[in-house]
Amino acid sequence: MTAVTDEVLSFDEAMEKYDPVLGFEVHVELNTRTKMFSSAPNAFGDVPNTNVTPVDLGLPGVLPVVNGVAVESAIKIGLALNCRIAEKCYFARKNYFYPDTPKNFQTSQFEDPIAYDGSIDIELADGTVFTVEIERAHMEEDAGKLTHMGGATGRIQGAEFSLVDYNRAGVPLIEIVTKPIVGAGSRAPELAKAYVAAIREIVKNLGVSDARMERGNVRCDANVSLKPKGQEKFGTRTETKNVNSLRAVEHAVRYEIQRHAAVLDSGTPIQQETRHWHEDTRSTTSGRPKSDADDYRYFPEPDLVPVVTNDAWIEKLRAELPEPPAERRKRLQADWGYSDAEFRDVVNAGVMSSIEDTVAAGVSAAVARKWWMGEISRRAKLADVEPAELGVTPELIVELNALIESGKINDKLSRDVLDGVLAGEGTPAEVVEKRGLAVVSDDGPLLEAIDGALAAQPDVADKIRGGKVQAVGAIVGGVMKATRGQADAGRVRELILQRLGVEG
Amino acid sequence: MAEINRDDVAHLARLAHIDMTDDELDRMAGELGGIVDAIKSVSEVAGDDVPATSHPIPLSNVFRDDVVGETLSNEEALLGAPDNADGRFKVPAILDGE
Repeated sequence: MTAVTDEVLSFDEAMEKYDPVLGFEVHVELNTRTKMFSSAPNAFGDVPNTNVTPVDLGLPGVLPVVNGVAVESAIKIGLALNCRIAEKCYFARKNYFYPDTPKNFQTSQFEDPIAYDGSIDIELADGTVFTVEIERAHMEEDAGKLTHMGGATGRIQGAEFSLVDYNRAGVPLIEIVTKPIVGAGSRAPELAKAYVAAIREIVKNLGVSDARMERGNVRCDANVSLKPKGQEKFGTRTETKNVNSLRAVEHAVRYEIQRHAAVLDSGTPIQQETRHWHEDTRSTTSGRPKSDADDYRYFPEPDLVPVVTNDAWIEKLRAELPEPPAERRKRLQADWGYSDAEFRDVVNAGVMSSIEDTVAAGVSAAVARKWWMGEISRRAKLADVEPAELGVTPELIVELNALIESGKINDKLSRDVLDGVLAGEGTPAEVVEKRGLAVVSDDGPLLEAIDGALAAQPDVADKIRGGKVQAVGAIVGGVMKATRGQADAGRVRELILQRLGVEG
Repeated sequence: MAEINRDDVAHLARLAHIDMTDDELDRMAGELGGIVDAIKSVSEVAGDDVPATSHPIPLSNVFRDDVVGETLSNEEALLGAPDNADGRFKVPAILDGE
């Protein structure tokens, strides 16, 4: 199927005329050992239709039983999103007929989610903070995986048949729904990305989800509508489904804003519908319109009894919550005394935890930052891995730093020492020994090298004698070259000036 | 009069992907209407102080430990499937006829 390219307005023009309103439904797969309602393994990538029980296949006569750990994970997510936790809530059947559920309904929650009325502060890259209100977070189950066969594109359109793997059917899901987000203006695409990133970070930090977007652990449906500037009433929204990378969330919201603006400018109403995101063209195409087929006939799940919470249980779970990621960042930045820009770079480089460990091992925050943002990040980039994956331990940095501070090696030599350690040649001290990397501190060999350098550049030597002390750099360079960097540059400078009888 | 009319039944049939003839729609509207009327008599007995009850047995928090149990083999899982391929359930084209 060829995608019809829609008209779009430039983003800037759209922003001059309209205010965007956003809304997100983020589905989080929990990392419990078993499924939401059965004791089948919750695992990714296994042989199709092996992580299934009769409950997951919806066979006649089966009875689901709720996974207690999944309920606690749901409550923790609710607490981390500053939600109220329901005293009593129920499961409900969401009825629909589609091969991804063999039961013909999804077990979900309807009128009374386990968590509701929350909010989180979302910080954008420049430090601007938006508060996003959370409408609800409810428990449900994932669906099976469909593979469409026989069509040219692997898409559902034109497929001859589809194959279904129910390994994922019944995996615990928490659906987090925001209230409409107004007032983001031109920051809307950025906010969309930051919001999903924050949810991913929160559930990962809680340890309740693996939060790997590329595996579908965190999936986002993005709702967008526009209203003319000054208008109170919301416009008609579209829901772009399964936008499954942070970058795609940002692009999809931006695209839909531009597309809506063009449609509204042409005087046509927006059709309420789902849209599909296409990463290749960075655009959306029409899915299906909202219709009476979206009538899910929810009713209370008769096979599952209510979940009832109490203060003692909730407070016990609250006490188990780790420090929220945003607070942790604030604390660390204050402790380390980094500027906003320095700290942001550290976060973006993914070395915040490494620096935390390194500081704890006993070096200053400045030294830890120098290593992780400098030499280690450089090597990681070359090797195309995360800095933390290079095998550099905090203890190693402490040892290298001690060698530098004692004057045994200099910064340049420390890189060679690091090479040696990573190549398995032993501890930093052993590498210094084996490779003969210690700074040359005996003046004898240095004077020899200095005489050589002066003889090689007699004009420079004359200039220095004549009072042009800044020319000494050329001689220092010659000496460093001759000693393969193993000299203490400061000492070399002193000795040269002495040699030439010039005051430094 | 019954609160289920013919259009309601047609709508439900469409949701459930069930083809029904005109005769069947008429008959079912009558039968379902009768059932709804019969059940409505409950609300005549229950006063405003009685909350809607979905679960008559006073049980809550029936939870399972998060421990992996027995699963079906791939062959067992597919035993009841009308068709299968590559270890997966094979279903007809989903968008066909829509």
